[in-house]
Amino acid sequence: MTAQDYNFAYLDEQTKRMIRRAILKGVAVPGYQVPFASREMPMPYGWGTGGVQVTAACLTPDDTLKVIDQGADDTTNAVSIRKFFQRTAAVAVTEATAEATIIQTRHRIPEAALTEGQILVYQVPIPEPLRFLEPRETETRKMHELEEYGLMHVKLYEDIARHGHIATAYAYPVKVEGRYVMDPSPIPRFDNPKLSDCPAIQLFGAGREQRIYALPPYTRVVSLDFEDHPFEASKAPHDCDLCGASDSYLDEVITDDEGGRMFVCSDTDFCRGRVAAGHIGRLGAPDLAQEAAE
Amino acid sequence: MFLIRAYRTTLPRFGASVPVDTAKMAVSRRVSATFKDLPGGQILGPTFDYTHRLLDFALMAEGEAAGSPPPTPTPIPSPQGGGGAATPQIPHVMSFLNRDGLIETDAAGDATPPDLTREPMELPASRPLRLQSLTRGDEGFILSLAYSTQRGYGRTHAFVGELRIGTVAVEMDIPELGFAVEIGEVELTECETVNQFTGSKTEPPQFTRGYGLVFGQTERKAIAMSLVDRALRWRELGEDFVGAPAQDEEFVLMHADNVQATGFLEHIKLPHYVDFQSELELIRRLRAEAMAQKEAAE
Repeated sequence: MTAQDYNFAYLDEQTKRMIRRAILKGVAVPGYQVPFASREMPMPYGWGTGGVQVTAACLTPDDTLKVIDQGADDTTNAVSIRKFFQRTAAVAVTEATAEATIIQTRHRIPEAALTEGQILVYQVPIPEPLRFLEPRETETRKMHELEEYGLMHVKLYEDIARHGHIATAYAYPVKVEGRYVMDPSPIPRFDNPKLSDCPAIQLFGAGREQRIYALPPYTRVVSLDFEDHPFEASKAPHDCDLCGASDSYLDEVITDDEGGRMFVCSDTDFCRGRVAAGHIGRLGAPDLAQEAAE
Repeated sequence: MFLIRAYRTTLPRFGASVPVDTAKMAVSRRVSATFKDLPGGQILGPTFDYTHRLLDFALMAEGEAAGSPPPTPTPIPSPQGGGGAATPQIPHVMSFLNRDGLIETDAAGDATPPDLTREPMELPASRPLRLQSLTRGDEGFILSLAYSTQRGYGRTHAFVGELRIGTVAVEMDIPELGFAVEIGEVELTECETVNQFTGSKTEPPQFTRGYGLVFGQTERKAIAMSLVDRALRWRELGEDFVGAPAQDEEFVLMHADNVQATGFLEHIKLPHYVDFQSELELIRRLRAEAMAQKEAAE
């Protein structure tokens, strides 16, 4: 298959221009959901069509692309999207967070701190943080206009009254620069603190829902909470069984049907880096360490 | 489908099969979205989920006839190596969560479920009756309802705990023999969702289930069914009725059957001369009266 049959990064230049305008507007009004004329992509809606369109509009031939899903470079959807851009844009790809200029992600923020000049593109299923309190778009847009966020605080308060906790584990709502309440995409709330004051540009694309929003570098992003119930980032109370990291988000892997399980970093690049640097977890991974050292 | 259903009514029913055991399914595809790896493995199987769907212009240039055969999926070797003969048992993902008491359990009962093909629909419907109706329901209808729950109209926070496709043996108790014998096999798609649930007035916080089981390789319908099943369970779980269409049992169950819906919709092509004639007369009379009143007023 000849990549030349498609325009660079699949989309035609007019479409990319339209998307870039939406991105610029999003950057100018942090946290505001900009409607854009989302296109059909050669993958199903819900599989990252928004993120793919944002990435396509940002890519230049000199970029180095990293694609992760659930923090991992080797998950099916990440592999598929990475290959898509290798074919249609022939850009360099990497699994190393530090080497990437554009990182497209689904459901995680990399563990390694991002730097100025990097772009983090999120795939967003439901961009509207108020959607589960009010299903109608006409209503929620009005609520954003009027900064009418009482309903969200009531929901969080009801959680605390009933469970003693805010019962939202992922897609935990945030407030951007004291103005818009924003959905950070379904990242675990463990990742929420990384949204704020981030040196990289963060772009959010929701293809099916036709919305783009953005956080320019060093934007102040606050997870919603109450003075007496401060926001708490949480993760499994374990260390990584492969690299021993105690400060990374962990996946639970079931190892047998007798209740056996292990915990491993969801960020595969971070874990591999630590193993290569000689860190060893509970279940070790001598072969992995050796492989990485070679 | 209509013909098969209609033909079936001519056949006497001489018994019912033993419930099929999907844990013994000879799976061709089995994936979990909740665990990266698990006993039995992720078996991707025949699917287009992980392949690119880009037009290949080279084919057009070579003048190849349109509609070249789709790539044949490579057969997936059974994870236990064997394949065929002795079907390995692949445990359900739900049982792993169950071990920790994290997911609701539904005690097995001996009660014979109601049979939608033999008795009229009764509302409010029990879960077995609802599931039967959804299995027979129109895929497009179930899909749109399920999608509406994902978009906030009765949201249930579903994760695909497990999706499996494969064939299961259908067994039947033969009274003369005193045990069950296999009378055939059938391809099924089964989906179990794990739904976030923070507790209600009557139930403790735990994961709850949605269930989908449909004939053939029909992932979309199985997943959609499990979402709609979960949405319809608001009453037994003590949740609020938020007025969402997918929560409205009567609305969903009475309109799910494609054969009923198609028939009734298309029957308006049939002659309705008599009814229309009476409408015509009525409208003429009402218009004449309205005109007369208007003239009188002037």
